[in-house]
Amino acid sequence: MSSFPSDLRYTPDHEWLKAAGSKWRVGITQFAVDALGDITLVDLPKEGDLVTKGQRFGTIESVKSVSDLYAPVSGRVTAVNAVLKDSPELVNSEPYGTGWMIELEPTEKTEVDELLSAVDYTKHVAAQ
Amino acid sequence: MERRKTPLWDLHRAHGARLIDFGGWDMPVQYTAGTIKEHKAVREAVGLFDVSHMGEVYLRGPRVREAVERLTTNAVASAPVGKAVYTLLCLPSGGVVDDCIFYKRADDEFFVIVNASNTAKDLEWFREQTHSLCDVVDVSDETALIAVQGPKAVAMVDKLARGALSGLTSFTFADAEVAGVACVAARTGYTGEDGFELACANADAPRLWTALLDAATPLGGLPVGLAARDTLRLESRLPLYGNDLDEDHTPLEAGLGWAVKLDNRDFIGASVLRDQKASGVSRQLAGFRIADEARAIARHGYAVVDRALTPPVIGTVTSGGPGIMVGGAIGLAYVPVAKATPGTQLTIDCRGKDVPATVISGKFYKRKTS
Repeated sequence: MSSFPSDLRYTPDHEWLKAAGSKWRVGITQFAVDALGDITLVDLPKEGDLVTKGQRFGTIESVKSVSDLYAPVSGRVTAVNAVLKDSPELVNSEPYGTGWMIELEPTEKTEVDELLSAVDYTKHVAAQ
Repeated sequence: MERRKTPLWDLHRAHGARLIDFGGWDMPVQYTAGTIKEHKAVREAVGLFDVSHMGEVYLRGPRVREAVERLTTNAVASAPVGKAVYTLLCLPSGGVVDDCIFYKRADDEFFVIVNASNTAKDLEWFREQTHSLCDVVDVSDETALIAVQGPKAVAMVDKLARGALSGLTSFTFADAEVAGVACVAARTGYTGEDGFELACANADAPRLWTALLDAATPLGGLPVGLAARDTLRLESRLPLYGNDLDEDHTPLEAGLGWAVKLDNRDFIGASVLRDQKASGVSRQLAGFRIADEARAIARHGYAVVDRALTPPVIGTVTSGGPGIMVGGAIGLAYVPVAKATPGTQLTIDCRGKDVPATVISGKFYKRKTS
């Protein structure tokens, strides 16, 4: 089992979040990447869109399956990783780096507090 | 229930394969290189596939040709010894029980390789329909099967067989030693590339696999998982039983008329297929392509729609995925025959989004001729 970076927060849906000032960058974890296999398409919202915690904000297609991306917290999309449109494989090669997906400005502070730590996420994955 | 393991399971684990449940078998879906690299290795060099989960059956006896004649849509019984023949097994309704390859070993012996998911059903079908005209011997549990596919596959395997396979043409086979292992070596495959499928005893399989991988690695070859096996067969427009073929569709509807020989034949399903051929099919399996710009993949089960109609559903996607060598997305769908003409524009409901697709004739990817 790969270890998960301790400076990130996580959701049970295998997304990670990283604080950048008042905003949070969002991507998917190595566990999710391993399960999906080679990623061929990432469909993301537009800058300025509002997303609601638990609701679909995008889709990710791998060679063999399609999966929804669920908003980890409610908020406004402040940036989108446009590079993924032509280079979705970056999610495979650098899921915590250039493979990031969107940046969010959360509207509910409490939702951020509920995110998992790396330790808790590791336990969650081990139980799967 | 514990998943079944092929004799190569330990080696797959050692190669870093990701294993999944595939019809009760614990099978490699991909290795460390990933599906796209594995797919390209088969198109450009050579790939090794463990397909030991497939079923192997011998049909034997002095009257075996009568039995085979009844079972098969293609001209199997009358084929020359040494020939491998792709055929459908049909129900009296014309629906497909399975698609498989028959290997004529002698006038009184055929070897058959059947789909893993259908092995039990096919055995029952063989036993029920051959009416004691022949012995049905299931050797699935003691037989391993390794496919070696790609432009570099034939020379590579022939070298390991000390030149014994150089005379084999497409869809022929021979008993041969490959890397010192006794095999049935057939010039067949399921990728659209040239290559061999090698059947051997379970106990010999790890030794054969290791020798093949050692020979393939310097050529740019890779072990290839089931995910790439699926993208490769789809790109070459080879049907998959359970997706594109089933008991509710006939071979003619599936576009496999070339494997249905009706003249002076009386196999199971022949009369329905003869009528259908005379009157024409009403629905057909069509190949389609979705342009890269549409940024969508139509997958198994998605609806083909015509929004001018109520209800709008006119067909169903049976297989679909990214076109790894050809770009965009590709797939197969059953549609009304009027919509199956090349160039026809289809609309596919991709999870709530209407996506345009174009009907394409023939293979999506054609093998490079050397």
